[in-house]
Amino acid sequence: MSVHTPTSHRFPENAREALGNETLQRGLASAKVGFRIRRSEAAARLPEFETLRDESRDIKNHTLAHIDLYLEAFEKRVIERGGHVHWAADAAEARDAVLTICRAAGAKSVTKGKSMISEEMGLNAFLEENGIEPVETDLGEYIIQLRHETPSHIIAPAFHVLKEQVIETFRKEHTHLDPDRVIEEARQLQDEARQVLRERFLAADVGITGANFLIAETGSTVIVTNEGNGDLTQTLPRVHIVLASLEKIVPTLEDASTILRLLARSATGQEYSSYTTFSTGPRRGEDADGPHEFHVVLLDNGRTDLIGTEMQEVLRCIRCGACMNHCPVFGAIGGHAYGWVYPGPIGAVLSPSLIGVEEAHHLPNASTFCGRCEAVCPMRIPLPKLMRHLREREFEKGIPPATLRWGLAAWAWLAKRPALYGLAMRLPVRLLALLAGRKGRFRRMPLAGGWTSQRDLPAPQGPTFQAMWDRKGGRREASK
Amino acid sequence: MSKTSRETILGKLHGAAQRDGDGAAARATVEGRLKGHPRGTVPARGKLDRKGLADLFATQATAVDATVARVSALDEVPAAVANYLRGENLPTALRMAPDPKLDACAWDRAPMLDISYGKARPADPVTVTGAFAGIAETGTLMLLSGPESPTTLNFLPDTHIVVLRAGEMVGAYEDAWDRLRATGRLPRTVNFVTGPSRSGDIEQTLHLGAHGPRRLHVIMVEDDG
Repeated sequence: MSVHTPTSHRFPENAREALGNETLQRGLASAKVGFRIRRSEAAARLPEFETLRDESRDIKNHTLAHIDLYLEAFEKRVIERGGHVHWAADAAEARDAVLTICRAAGAKSVTKGKSMISEEMGLNAFLEENGIEPVETDLGEYIIQLRHETPSHIIAPAFHVLKEQVIETFRKEHTHLDPDRVIEEARQLQDEARQVLRERFLAADVGITGANFLIAETGSTVIVTNEGNGDLTQTLPRVHIVLASLEKIVPTLEDASTILRLLARSATGQEYSSYTTFSTGPRRGEDADGPHEFHVVLLDNGRTDLIGTEMQEVLRCIRCGACMNHCPVFGAIGGHAYGWVYPGPIGAVLSPSLIGVEEAHHLPNASTFCGRCEAVCPMRIPLPKLMRHLREREFEKGIPPATLRWGLAAWAWLAKRPALYGLAMRLPVRLLALLAGRKGRFRRMPLAGGWTSQRDLPAPQGPTFQAMWDRKGGRREASK
Repeated sequence: MSKTSRETILGKLHGAAQRDGDGAAARATVEGRLKGHPRGTVPARGKLDRKGLADLFATQATAVDATVARVSALDEVPAAVANYLRGENLPTALRMAPDPKLDACAWDRAPMLDISYGKARPADPVTVTGAFAGIAETGTLMLLSGPESPTTLNFLPDTHIVVLRAGEMVGAYEDAWDRLRATGRLPRTVNFVTGPSRSGDIEQTLHLGAHGPRRLHVIMVEDDG
């Protein structure tokens, strides 16, 4: 379960299970509002917030238009500073690159900062198979590693885990600690993890982090954390490996600074995360600490196929999680139902793009198109539009069931014939209104069981929209 | 392996770019941006005079659970450190950055402090470092790695005390980058530190001191000579 074999193809079943999972529902209910309030307050405190969103979108668009050149510049700087760059076309190549570095370092244990790329790579299971122990050090990642689970939220990986479950897990796993110790509060759990992981930090041979940004100007990699675990991970061991996907590149320190003003505000509603760290090469000659080796693994894993296509805009994503925090679908089912690394609206766009429409075609349909994700996305990614593209692709590939495709084809045929369409709408509307009687709604309806099993179907009231439009002179208004 | 993947990846990206001619114009654009590193919009909140910056820094740092003490001169720093440790009931063993800027603090005036120098060791409870810059915009400290300022001092202890001088205060991150560029060196590690360590990973309730320092205390020196 800790390897990310996609289960996106069984999204409807996953979602049904999630809706029936009481523990998960309890967690979702208590967690989902805080992020939204804090984000909106943080945005309101910065008058330049909307301008910065425009500028950040433009920075990334410019970067993506020149990404080959910026990546070459980045690589050159890393090498000049004594670091190494490893290009990986897919997850398997990236895993091999990491293993080769770990073997050369004689590594027995590896500490890890939170990295979604590591999840994409399925790195932990691979290292274990090869006799190297990976230790997740972000508190949330540590909890789910002990529980053999995967992250359910990109910035709060243990979003789905209740405090009682953490207590149970720590009692079961931390067998070297006093079994009669008191751990009841989150504070005590955090202290216990701090104590246990401190030993692991000091013992690790290699530290692996992700990267929020790569800076072409300087060859630096950037991590953003609140816990400081990423910094201990990359400072204490002899070797520091950075896992990054190609689109993390930005041109300059100034460009990163502009986008960083959006990241924490959009994610947690903080003005700035506790720790933002720029790393450039290995330790210098006279330095008293820091790693002796610095490696950057650059992962493609399907991203080059998006450059220059209508899906390119998704590569502006900075992984803040705002879209999922504001998504009614994510709020109802949590992250695991999406069945791969990235949940929520960004996952609905990224997963079909990276692992294929065949595997993940359900995800772009799991949206009400309410538009909140786009409204809060700091990088102004038009997520609903991209989901629509993917729905079209799903249709073109003939993936939806025949009944649905025929239904859509019939509707399309009808919609192109206005007179007939008007008639076809008017008759059932009248009939339904008549049948519903005074109550105005249906408890049950043939062919609409999916709707009526959860709620009543309201009966149509008054004339059709088009009839009202005509009566109010809408068409004449529009043609003026 | 990696050489061919490098060529494949860059080749695909290059192909997708569909540039006119030999792509010289694109190269010039990229070189220009890397050399010129233009600024985006810098928030107005950090455009203040020296006093205003110090006040904003103190407000912002306090808002993220750092504590701030303000003294008028460097030679008051040792007493401020001792006061803080006493007030928080903390040990007086200090691990200090071997930073010449801190030597000017007349530490012999606080003989109760037990000071040693070097990188942090796992059991050091309290560390003292200088800072390269204070960024008022968000109450953020900019700390550089180097022989005089080992990075472990910023992350291993329970309590991190930072001496920040008025001349080190700037309004925005971009101002701090400009100052760093002016030194002509980019160290291995540049840490931007905004308040003490924290985590909200258990049921989204925030607690300080996840892996880094539980306490961050900034001693702001108004007159740095």
